[in-house]
Amino acid sequence: MKILCLIRQVPDAEAKVKAALGKVDLDGATMALDGMDEYGVEQALRINEGGANTVAVALGNTRFEDAIRRSLAMGLERAVHIETDLLLDVVSQAQILKAVVLEEAPDLVFVGGQHADTDSQALGAALAEALGWNQITWTTELTLADGIAKATHDTDDGKESLELALPAIITTQQGLNEPRYPTLPNIMKAKKKEIRKTTPEQYGITNSKVRIVSQEIQERPRLNKLLDGKDPVTAANELIRLLHEEAKVI
Amino acid sequence: MILVVCEFDTKLKKSALEILGAAQRLEDSVTAVLLGTGAGGVALQAAQYASQVLVCEDALLVGAKNMAQAVSDLSEQAEATLVLMAGSRGGREIAPRVAVRLDAPYLEDATVLTNIEGGLQIQHYAYLARVTETLEAIAPIVVCSVKPNTQVVAEANSSAGEIFEVKLELTASGVTVLGRTVEKTSRVALTEASLVVTGGRGLGSPENFALIESLADVLGAGVGATRAAVDAGWRPYGEQVGQTGKTVQPNAYIAVGVSGAVQHLSGMGKSKNIVAINKDAEAPIFKVADYGIIGDLHAIMPALIEAAKKLRD
Ligand SMILES: Cc1cc2nc3c(=O)[nH]c(=O)nc-3n(C[C@H](O)[C@H](O)[C@H](O)COP(=O)(O)OP(=O)(O)OC[C@H]3O[C@@H](n4cnc5c(N)ncnc54)[C@H](O)[C@@H]3O)c2cc1C
Ligand SMILES: Nc1ncnc2c1ncn2[C@@H]1O[C@H](COP(=O)(O)O)[C@@H](O)[C@H]1O
Repeated sequence: MKILCLIRQVPDAEAKVKAALGKVDLDGATMALDGMDEYGVEQALRINEGGANTVAVALGNTRFEDAIRRSLAMGLERAVHIETDLLLDVVSQAQILKAVVLEEAPDLVFVGGQHADTDSQALGAALAEALGWNQITWTTELTLADGIAKATHDTDDGKESLELALPAIITTQQGLNEPRYPTLPNIMKAKKKEIRKTTPEQYGITNSKVRIVSQEIQERPRLNKLLDGKDPVTAANELIRLLHEEAKVI
Repeated sequence: MILVVCEFDTKLKKSALEILGAAQRLEDSVTAVLLGTGAGGVALQAAQYASQVLVCEDALLVGAKNMAQAVSDLSEQAEATLVLMAGSRGGREIAPRVAVRLDAPYLEDATVLTNIEGGLQIQHYAYLARVTETLEAIAPIVVCSVKPNTQVVAEANSSAGEIFEVKLELTASGVTVLGRTVEKTSRVALTEASLVVTGGRGLGSPENFALIESLADVLGAGVGATRAAVDAGWRPYGEQVGQTGKTVQPNAYIAVGVSGAVQHLSGMGKSKNIVAINKDAEAPIFKVADYGIIGDLHAIMPALIEAAKKLRD
């Protein structure tokens, strides 16, 4: 079975995100493979042990190479990097990725359930539609047999188990697996793995349908009224009083 | 004309009333769309808020692929310039498919929607809700999903809209549903609660969540959990708040034994008031707290429950 994993490079969750002049400034921020994408990489490596026929696909700037190397160090076989500084809307991304998927002809494509930079859940669904495929979102369990995928996934109010024929898009959710850490030998090996480079222009995409007007960090000012809990009863009474009289929430 | 895709069970869901409200504020001409089994039963309700209502109960209206086909076909027939959908998990799976079918810009999880010449401008959160982005799309048709609990609900129009039954040409989607479980809670739904009490790893055991539940019951609050508590098997996933769980924005969010990791903050950081109880004065949750007690939750929580009871009685 051939498997593609779409991956992204995003600011590390612990990184302090800054914005200046209406734009997010990632200079100096620690970047990492998106945690939601790691679940897909791990699942691909569990299906195809040893990583044969597993390909990372990344659409983004030069710095995405770090995330690509990380996924190769986890064990994927090779990568395709559609390199661009353009920030593309999800429909344009899906059009490019559709072409790459058709070139690679996989049975299964993993996509992160929600991306930690755009906070978007749309890419898996958009790609599935572009390909005319079915999709399972927020997947927490997946088994494959005879070209059929059985999966459990989270819905708005519970869980659902589904069955569908491959090829399909699977978007990930926590609980699917525990992603591995790359071992040092594998980090070394990953340095020699193939990364095929291409550009959006090769797929006829030159601009985005959505324009980013501004990016700002709007932090709600917080009161920071912290009470010492050494005397629990006094502190508890005071907190309830503040919530009732000052914040007026209870 | 704005096409509004409404979610419903036996009535319109709150998300539907919210996006109908958003549509009314953008434009006079609003078409409500009701798709799937039971649609006819809510048509009269929807007609209060829209100039027309399109109803289809085709049994093949299940799964994102067929729903997206239905929405895109109807929006083309109705010559819509904007398609609005709820930013629920389901809505956010269908909406991007609609955008691909219409080759339209897709704006996701909007918190603020503003008309601009030839298109739509929105605000939404990005970077795990640390950044507020303003986006715009100028196109003959735009698709937009709207974050739940961000819009004032619709008001009834002076005259009811016309109801039309529509026919769609759908084929079986190829997805078979094998089973479904709905998580029930006797408490107020987490995403609709105006108060939420959340427990984290600091509780130490599933039994100690009784402290969280007691306080929630005295206050009439919803109960939340961190991923650490869910992963440990202490609480059901449906209670998880954060990046991979639910997003909440209550009047007060009370976090007990919660460190305040970025992934958790992304699901509750927009709460109007944040209250933290933690024994570690350096815990990141205190940086975003309006009120808090630095102390051992085993001592604080019983006292807090007592104080809350006294206030209530
Ligand atoms: C891709 C990804 C997605 C994630 N999604 C989510 C998500 O949706 N939601 C989420 O919550 N997390 C999520 N996480 C996990 C997140 O990073 C944190 O690990 C998690 O939120 C920590 O939970 P916690 O605060 O309960 O535990 P901890 O970080 O262990 O904090 C426990 C806190 O309890 C305090 N404490 C301990 N004992 C006491 C006591 N007796 N009295 C008072 N205080 C006490 C401690 O001081 C500490 O601050 C995600 C992580 C990843 C990588
Ligand atoms: N077993 C390992 N040997 C060497 N480096 C590692 C190993 N595991 C993780 N790393 C690296 O350590 C850094 C931190 O990893 P993490 O803990 O996943 O954030 C990353 O650059 C990893 O590639």
